[in-house]
Amino acid sequence: MSPQSAAGRDVPAPRHHVLSVLVENRSGVLARVASLFARRGYNIYSLAVAPTDDERFSRITVVVDVESAPLEQVVKQLNKLVNVIKISELDPRDSVERELMLVTVKAPVHVRSELIELVGVFRGRILDVGHDELAVSLDEHPARLDDLEELLRPYGIIDLQRTGRVALPKLERTPSTGLRAAG
Amino acid sequence: MNISGGEALIRSLELEGVEVIFGLPGGAILPVYDPIIDSPIRHVLVRHEQGAGHMAEGFAHATGRPGVAMVTSGPGATNIVTPLADAYMDSVPMVCITGQVPTPSIGTDAFQECDTVGITRGVTKHNELVTRAEDIPLAIRQAFHIATTGRPGPVLVDIPKDIVDPMNPNSDMSWYWPSDADVSSSLPGYKPTMKGHPRKIKDAAELIARAERPVLYAGGGILKARAAEALLELAEMTGIPVVTTLMARGAFPDDHELCLGMPGMHGNYTAVTAMQRSDLLIALGSRFDDRVTGKLDGFAPEAKIIHVDIDPAELGKVRRPDVPIVGDCRLVIEELTRAVAALDPERRVDLTPWRQTLSGWQERYPLVYEQSDDGNLLKPQYVLEQLRDRSPSDTIVASGVGQHQMWTSQYWRFNHPYTWVNSGGLGTMGFSVPAAIGAKVGCPDRTVWAIDGDGCFQMTAQELVTAATERIPVKIAILNNAYLGMVRQWQEMFYEERYSEVYLSPDLPDYVKWSEAMGCIALRVESPDEVGPAIDKANEIDDRPVVLEFRTDSGEKVFPMVPSGKTNDEIVVDPVQGEGGR
Repeated sequence: MSPQSAAGRDVPAPRHHVLSVLVENRSGVLARVASLFARRGYNIYSLAVAPTDDERFSRITVVVDVESAPLEQVVKQLNKLVNVIKISELDPRDSVERELMLVTVKAPVHVRSELIELVGVFRGRILDVGHDELAVSLDEHPARLDDLEELLRPYGIIDLQRTGRVALPKLERTPSTGLRAAG
Repeated sequence: MNISGGEALIRSLELEGVEVIFGLPGGAILPVYDPIIDSPIRHVLVRHEQGAGHMAEGFAHATGRPGVAMVTSGPGATNIVTPLADAYMDSVPMVCITGQVPTPSIGTDAFQECDTVGITRGVTKHNELVTRAEDIPLAIRQAFHIATTGRPGPVLVDIPKDIVDPMNPNSDMSWYWPSDADVSSSLPGYKPTMKGHPRKIKDAAELIARAERPVLYAGGGILKARAAEALLELAEMTGIPVVTTLMARGAFPDDHELCLGMPGMHGNYTAVTAMQRSDLLIALGSRFDDRVTGKLDGFAPEAKIIHVDIDPAELGKVRRPDVPIVGDCRLVIEELTRAVAALDPERRVDLTPWRQTLSGWQERYPLVYEQSDDGNLLKPQYVLEQLRDRSPSDTIVASGVGQHQMWTSQYWRFNHPYTWVNSGGLGTMGFSVPAAIGAKVGCPDRTVWAIDGDGCFQMTAQELVTAATERIPVKIAILNNAYLGMVRQWQEMFYEERYSEVYLSPDLPDYVKWSEAMGCIALRVESPDEVGPAIDKANEIDDRPVVLEFRTDSGEKVFPMVPSGKTNDEIVVDPVQGEGGR
């Protein structure tokens, strides 16, 4: 499968929702958010947290498996947490998403150049070269990470770590008619 | 000016208007107990930390002001988890201060250490571990702000010993008192919605005008929002009958002609069936609890729903509303009353036929019981009628959980708001004795009765020592049927009378001797003619706690009853009234 075909799988499985949760950047907040999911039996599929440009706040991007429960209650319950400031659900069609993956893959000499070429097609990077292993990184749309992962698997994956996705809403393509809140 | 964190904590509580703290000291909270000696705040020393929590709740239920409890770390904190969970379920404003081991020891399994904020996260509206002395005043202001605004609830502040101990340099701080603006800017994610959306209110008014069988479904939110008067005005202006849930007893006067009383699993036939047949339920600060709805699929099948709540998460949680309104109950009800009044009266449906149907049901299915003959055990319902008729009409009534709670809610006539103190959501046995003490501390001029079961009484009775020592003259009525009565009722009805672990014995313990040993005046009442005089005597005593032990009939069951898992159409009335069908 060529990497381009990933475009057709640009959307995560429908039972997953991506929530972008703006929270106060202080101790215990992640535990509150996580335990709210846990006590209602919702599985967190992936989670990424880091401070925003304003250090008082962090953004949690959480991909949640909500097949069994309505998303509305999750969002409303999250909103009740005092340290949660804003929640937006990011529709994959209206957002830009990225994830980072680090992979160590077996790369004996006879396949090494083939592997380097493959990583190059994905615009990934070779981070480290060992005697018969390569460490590769790729920051891309999560679906592209899936593709590379799949293609590397036959070579023998030794270690693999993904960060979980981060996302932001897509920007307007046309001049907006309304006023946009500053700051 | 530099002071210690401990002094700052007590000063902060004073500035928040705290009059009384219910608590029990211990190692980690010790430095905070020293400045209490010099503070005008009253401290009530409890015998178990659970008592402190329920007293704070009882105080809050009766006064509307936040109750304050203070306990030490570790077991002190874990002992107060039940009251926190109780207050969270029933939206009771409460601030709980817990001691914590010194900051350098946190996480080392130090003596009396536990992860208090972790343990209480799921049972508090908010909690916070304060790690610097200079953060104490803001943490306390935030705690009171969060506990008392929006949907009220318990807030816990966990305070390590080193930041309050004047011997420790970590406790040194320069005193300041945060402004309202400081508090709101420090809580950027907390802004409760107070005013209802005008368009939704207009939509609601339209539905109300067109409804043929509307019911005002009043919940505990009416009391939390101080909206009893607003509700009375809306009901009288529209002529719509009112049901008051277990948490809303007293929010609308029982003696009012529009009052249908309590709905739910042990609600009266008319209240239950009115909701069931309704074409419009106007839910005001109520939450479609499973004890009210019965089997959800079959609940009020023809009703459209207007749902007013200050907590957006309640709207659509159980039953999807046709008109959801987020806002403070009092403000929204006032707006709603104006909006309905503004409609052309010609367009409003005449509710006379609906009210006639309801009064027909009321006549056919009143609450009934058969009086016992002399020499036989007392009927609990009779005891409650006598307590009700022989006590002042503004008596505050607290109850435990079980049959006695349901009978009290059924048989008392609640005509004043804030006279009913009970554990509704969590169903905490042992609630009544400490809750009554807290209510009496908050309202010293009122008569306070705790109606308790023998099972409940044994869970928290030791707080009567607190009441006797502190001269808090509460009155306790134990309906002693020698059983865990509600469980017995279920085993009788649904487990073929196979009674498993529900028998408690009528005279072990000896309730009279036990109560006397705790500094109370105590009387045992065994025959119907003794009931009235004993109550009169208890009502006259005002210098110490009184306990009346009533020997009641264990065979008596609470009716009506909607069996668990059944729809409200399948309500079972007292067998003497025959089938409960329509």
